Amino acid sequence: MGAGRYADDMPVAAGTLHGAVVRSPHAHAMIRSIDTSKALALPGVHAVLTGEDVRALSDPFLVVLKQPIDQWALAVERVRHVGEAVALVVADDRYIAEDGADLIEVDYEPLPAVIDPREAVKADAPVLHPAAGGNELSVRDFVYGEPDKAFAQADRTVSLEVEYPRSSYTPMECFVVVANYLRGDESYDVLANFQGPFSIHPVMARALRVPGTKLRLRIPADSGGSFGIKLSVFPYIVLMALASKITGRPVKWVEDRLEHLQAANSCPNRVTKIEAAVEKDGRVTALRFDNLDDYGGYLRAPMPGPLYRMHGATTGAYDIRNLAMTNRVVLTNKMPAALVRGFGGPQLYLALERLMQRIAVELDLNPLDVIRRNLIPAGSFPYRTCAGALYDSGDYQLAIDTALGDGRLDDLLARREAARKQGRIYGIGFATVVEPGMSNMGYLSTILPAQVRERQGPKNGAVSMVTVNVDAVGTVSVTADLTVQGQGHATAISQIVADQLGIDPEDISINLELDTQKDQWSIAAGTYSCRFSPGTAVAAHIAAQRIRDKVARIAAKQLNTLVDDIVFGNGRVYSRSNPDNGAAFGRIAGTAHWSPVMMPDEDDPGLSEMAVWSPPELAPPTAKDEINTSLTYGFVFDMCGVEIDPVTMQVRVDRYVSMHDAGALINPLLAEGQIHGAFVQGLASALYEEITYDESGALETGTFAEYLVPTACEVPAVELLHIETPSPFTPLGAKGLAEGNCMSTPVCIANAVADALNVRDVPLPITPNRLNAIVAGAEPAPPPDLKAAAPAAAEVPADKDAITGAITGDGEVVVKADPAAIWDALLDPQSLKAIIPGCHAVEAVSENHYRAEVSLGVGPIRGRFTADVHLSDLVEHRAAKLSGTLSGPLGKAEGRGRVTLAGEGDSTRIGYTYGVDVGGKVASVGGRMIRRAAQLIIGEFFERLGRVATGGENGKAAAAADAAQPAAPAGTASDEAAADATPKTPPRETAPEAPSTGASSWLKRLFGDKS
Amino acid sequence: MKPAPFTYLRPDSVGEAVAALSAHGGDARVLAGGQSLMAMLNLRLVEPSVLVDISRLEELRTIRLEGNMIEVGAAVTQAELLAWPELDEQAPFIARALPWVGHFQTRNRGTVCGSIAHADPSSELPLSLTLLGGEVVLRSASGERRLTAAQFQTGMLQTGRRADELITAVRFPAGVGANGAAFREVARRHGDFAIVSVGAVASGGGSVRIGVGGVTDTPRCIEIGAELSSVDVVERIGHLAWELGGYDDVHASARYRRDLVRRIAPKLIGEVRACSA
Repeated sequence: MGAGRYADDMPVAAGTLHGAVVRSPHAHAMIRSIDTSKALALPGVHAVLTGEDVRALSDPFLVVLKQPIDQWALAVERVRHVGEAVALVVADDRYIAEDGADLIEVDYEPLPAVIDPREAVKADAPVLHPAAGGNELSVRDFVYGEPDKAFAQADRTVSLEVEYPRSSYTPMECFVVVANYLRGDESYDVLANFQGPFSIHPVMARALRVPGTKLRLRIPADSGGSFGIKLSVFPYIVLMALASKITGRPVKWVEDRLEHLQAANSCPNRVTKIEAAVEKDGRVTALRFDNLDDYGGYLRAPMPGPLYRMHGATTGAYDIRNLAMTNRVVLTNKMPAALVRGFGGPQLYLALERLMQRIAVELDLNPLDVIRRNLIPAGSFPYRTCAGALYDSGDYQLAIDTALGDGRLDDLLARREAARKQGRIYGIGFATVVEPGMSNMGYLSTILPAQVRERQGPKNGAVSMVTVNVDAVGTVSVTADLTVQGQGHATAISQIVADQLGIDPEDISINLELDTQKDQWSIAAGTYSCRFSPGTAVAAHIAAQRIRDKVARIAAKQLNTLVDDIVFGNGRVYSRSNPDNGAAFGRIAGTAHWSPVMMPDEDDPGLSEMAVWSPPELAPPTAKDEINTSLTYGFVFDMCGVEIDPVTMQVRVDRYVSMHDAGALINPLLAEGQIHGAFVQGLASALYEEITYDESGALETGTFAEYLVPTACEVPAVELLHIETPSPFTPLGAKGLAEGNCMSTPVCIANAVADALNVRDVPLPITPNRLNAIVAGAEPAPPPDLKAAAPAAAEVPADKDAITGAITGDGEVVVKADPAAIWDALLDPQSLKAIIPGCHAVEAVSENHYRAEVSLGVGPIRGRFTADVHLSDLVEHRAAKLSGTLSGPLGKAEGRGRVTLAGEGDSTRIGYTYGVDVGGKVASVGGRMIRRAAQLIIGEFFERLGRVATGGENGKAAAAADAAQPAAPAGTASDEAAADATPKTPPRETAPEAPSTGASSWLKRLFGDKS
Repeated sequence: MKPAPFTYLRPDSVGEAVAALSAHGGDARVLAGGQSLMAMLNLRLVEPSVLVDISRLEELRTIRLEGNMIEVGAAVTQAELLAWPELDEQAPFIARALPWVGHFQTRNRGTVCGSIAHADPSSELPLSLTLLGGEVVLRSASGERRLTAAQFQTGMLQTGRRADELITAVRFPAGVGANGAAFREVARRHGDFAIVSVGAVASGGGSVRIGVGGVTDTPRCIEIGAELSSVDVVERIGHLAWELGGYDDVHASARYRRDLVRRIAPKLIGEVRACSA
């Protein structure tokens, strides 16, 4: 305990520099220029890299599709998502590097962003990569069997549209890279917690313009979780390697949590339209899928894996022979998608298993009957699906019957009945999942048309490699082609090897560091897609077998007996027929080192075996696009009961049962650990975790206060059950099992919620806020005296359409001054200085164009910004439009608004409408308060305007508020408003889902300096 | 995620701390438990040039009954107050609300006064201060003053503390809620910031004082008189929900917040009435 060796723990060379990354606050923008001079002038800063340096020294990363969608380690010319790396500051330590990062000034030209994949495929959508001609990079249609005929003949059809959200299973340890450019041989030596697949190693080497042998990648012995995410450290490996080359010093970078949540990784969000041709009894004769998979700003290798990883298994656990599928790959202004545990499975099963539940509802059948009528019959394994997967083994009926048995189903039904009798909201869900293990490295080539595949040559297989060494005194050590993330690989491998050699597992030394210059590896190396049990474990088994066979031959010669008579056990090697005739394992094995003369004729001295395991079942796609996407196919059946709290709308999982068939279990304790972990992450996707962006593309989930990872308190007990139908395709009979609940749990809970509420659409994650919107119905009308505070579409000003933003609102102030005085104040730079909260200086750039240095914030939170403000559409003394931007280290804002002045006796009514888009760090971490903060600052601007116009700008200081608070959600500055400027209608904000508009840019700068 | 450079001061007395604030004013921030401040520093959301650490000032590490007031010093952690043997008897409402402040681990460092000083709209302790009618004790070179909750918490993250003032203690009236106290909070996860928190105490003569946090910039309290029927209560709370309005954030809409107020507050009022009856 506490003795792990993680990347950040590794000693680094004296003189190692530290990097800090400058990231885009914009979802989509052109980079006009980057001014690095202030950062470079800071003592301790050694270098600043920008996209242009990266473009000069490296090549874009290879992508799966032949499309002009270049991506470098830093943004070149254009940024395509919030958090995209724009510059790297390299300094003596991380503190100075971050100080330097704050001094980098990037001039952006904002572009419209597109967030929703359904919008991104439209002809008029903003295009992320103009050279590609559009955002939809790939559309492939697949047909297996005769789906059209089946639909034409069907009794009826049942259809559904589902959307799988963006989420990411955040590892405890973020990315770490230490890169060292070795001038001696012009190579790179990099330590990083990369997880594989090592098919990305050539991608990195190509980008660095070196042969693979000149990029030595070393993976430490421990990694604090990965769940797929640590593939995405690879652009930073290249970036730090370049930084080391430029500075001549080793460069270390440790990703922080904000960077991680902004830009590390996400699963693709997917919109699926699914339709089934169904017979009266619920039997499905055909399926149609339309998958729109959203990969964010770039298509990073090996994307779009999630869209094809499940391809052969698209029909799940069901014997459905007709299938039509359209797969579409789209880009939007979000962080690039990559590997996340489950990898395409959660998206597929959300559609398929929700559909099965809908079939039961629409045909008024028992959902279990619908499942059972469609299951692949027991006894038909190995079973070839219509899309080409070869399911190795299984008995789905037995698994389900076992799960339902022992009163488990009866108990759930009784709980539901009892709850409903008491008027409580309770539902039951089921999910049936086929879980792939060890991906066919050729599956992704299914995205290419058959003719193209033929031209390029076949891609297939999945190679696993393990080396077992026995040293001169007989101690055994093992290295393997995997990366450690905490799964217990060392325990499992030592157990497998010990079984062969008859020694104690504790005596085996397992070194799972990986060094691309010294260890065995192939492109399939790494830890992902449940490849350990069907892959590396098998290679370990084979290598140990070979050692055993060789030691048996040595022993037979020394013990004067036959090889078949040799037995291994209790640390000894001996004759079965005469157990006294034997010797310690170490003594026999040592012969291979000490006494080559005693070796059997056919054997070389030395005792080291590397085994390569490459199962023949992993064939390339056929000409008909059939693909066996994985080697093993486990089975999961889940059922659960959930109750929804009628007050809070929170979903409570009342009972959860998860049945697994993962073939032969190598180590039951480790298996349970994996299943528990996947269950928690499945629960997270069902109820808690989502990476969200507002409509302008600002990331809203930059801390763990917004991105909600369930803690121990949120995780219910789960009852795990197993049956074992060993895989005939792996010598150990074992299958992958670590992703099943990521696939089954979200949809099982969604099905239970659908049952509880009798609804068709269940949005994930199922948050109380969302359920409330579905269930609560119309809100009681506000009392007459408070009508003004209520959002009401009728109050929307006529011009509101012109003013848009993620945060919108309006308000008014009545000021004892005539419109002309207010007008003059608004157009005078010196008055503006007094009006703009926190303003240090205003400079008139041209007529009606001002630049201001401001310090804005709420309470103690404050940032320095440069504000750029335009006034336009001036109607003297009556109306003006304002627009502008704010930018600074905390982020950026763009806004637009309209101000109107109406004289009323000796007063003027100032009306304002605004729309603001806030982006960057402050939007990512201020999720709870950002809207309100913008509202407050804007309100303060107008109150100051009123004071300045009446000559009272130095009026009352912000002091103690009145004891009675303003009744409505009104201005903070009410105490300052004094008698001259009385807020009549509180500034109001429209709900984001409401038809929104109204915004003012400068207003944003209004982040007022109030303390 | 490293803070910008700052000077760290650890005065040995309240006098020195106050002197430091007099000298540095608005450029200084006071560090007590650091459970909000350290995160904001690391995110560079705040960049003070001076940090005045009062966490080890023994003179501020006291909880005492003074007349009918409970005085909690500025270095007292939330865990220490929770462990105060007289808490249940003297401040039954705080005894109910305090376990909802953050997590076990954060309560070991986070201070009672720090939470109030931070003035987060959804925090439990500012709600307690408002509901119980407590006061904040501030000291500066020019003397001491006391602010009521409404005087102190002026807005979201905004307070009436002047830049040269140190919060030395917070004072709660003892015994409030002895005849009935209830607290309920809705958050996405255990320990999260409240989406809505509602507190209620019996306030004498059959009245119930009810407070709502998390819905608008500052906690809000109203009196529910004994004469109101349960139907009246529902109507009054319905009105309150619209008065508060509520705000949207990444977890909850204003509508959901109002719905929670409508569903929870009448129940709590009923519970407190039942206790005090």
